[in-house]
Amino acid sequence: MPLVYSGILSHAPGITGRSHLVEPDKEATRDAFYACLERQREAIRSSGAEALVVVAAEHFANFFMDNMPAYCMGIGAKHTGPIEDTEWLKIGKKVIQGAPELATRIAELMLKKVDLAYSEEWQCDHGIMVPLNFLTPNYDLPVIPCNINCQGPPLTPLNRVWNFGEALREACDVQTENIAIVGTGGISHWPATPDSGKINEVWDRQFLERLMSQNKEQLLSYSDEEVYAEAGQGGFEIRTLIAAAAAAGGRGTLQFYSAELPIFAVGCTVASFEISN
Amino acid sequence: MSLYQVQKFLYNLNRDDRTQKEFGRNKRQALAAYDLTQEEYIAIESGDIGLLYVLGVNGQILMHYGAYLKIEWFDYLQAMRDGVSKYGPVRHGIYAMKGQNRKYARVSQLRGGGGA
Repeated sequence: MPLVYSGILSHAPGITGRSHLVEPDKEATRDAFYACLERQREAIRSSGAEALVVVAAEHFANFFMDNMPAYCMGIGAKHTGPIEDTEWLKIGKKVIQGAPELATRIAELMLKKVDLAYSEEWQCDHGIMVPLNFLTPNYDLPVIPCNINCQGPPLTPLNRVWNFGEALREACDVQTENIAIVGTGGISHWPATPDSGKINEVWDRQFLERLMSQNKEQLLSYSDEEVYAEAGQGGFEIRTLIAAAAAAGGRGTLQFYSAELPIFAVGCTVASFEISN
Repeated sequence: MSLYQVQKFLYNLNRDDRTQKEFGRNKRQALAAYDLTQEEYIAIESGDIGLLYVLGVNGQILMHYGAYLKIEWFDYLQAMRDGVSKYGPVRHGIYAMKGQNRKYARVSQLRGGGGA
């Protein structure tokens, strides 16, 4: 069973860059979130994962609207990041080890079912660097980045996101290497706008209930207009979380959720899924 | 209006060291290849976050430009609010997204204070 772990976690630049701005009465919540991320790191390590596939959201770090893939996998030998000002993000410049042979094998198989683009040049922004900062703090686990266009409509439909997750799973299952997958994105949030910090907790919890229970029908029923209205443009990133659920196939366990850290501009979420047979 | 050109320059600036160096050295030269209106040119050249937001620049692009300019987070948020007060609602782009005859961007209902 080469897929040995599938989970989700939030990303946002504030999680690292604005940690010091958390209000004193919320520091315990922040620390509990960080502790849960540490447990996720340990779960990935103890799973025996030899590579980590990070399914993230394209934030214009690699692609622009002159050529925007719906899905892209980084198959290069190394990746770099963050693109952002390092003092702002509070993550220094890194060279991240890729897994070119494994990634190419996975991409070849996925292409039988998904129109997956690939790139041998990959720059990571906070969408991948923040998760790696917690999950592979020593940058000693090869990383295969995948991005889904979640910012530049028209966006890939949710049913195709589900297919992407299933295709990723199928491709992982025939590899000899143990592989972990994390989907990283926000649920409701209005990042980098005047509404940053707003979180629709009710909507988030309903989405998470659907996600943890693998309720495919309800997960795929969201329209982009509904998501935009209730969850902001950041809500389009549910694609990354749905992909991780589809890849896992099993029920999820919500390990952390808090809407109490608006300075991070996202509801803070950590969860893992059972890997179905 | 050439929001595409504005965003493309900022996209290149955000992710490319050479573009950053060129922009730092000679803004006019760095911007010469982009088909910008005078208003757009001034917004980028002066680092007017509020105007760029109103012009419709995506936050994921604008936020990184703010970081490049070393603008503190709360100042960045305030600059967008000030931009709406000064220049009016967001004109184009994803924050002016419409559907079912509703305009979703809540630029007239901005939250003050502690939002981050």
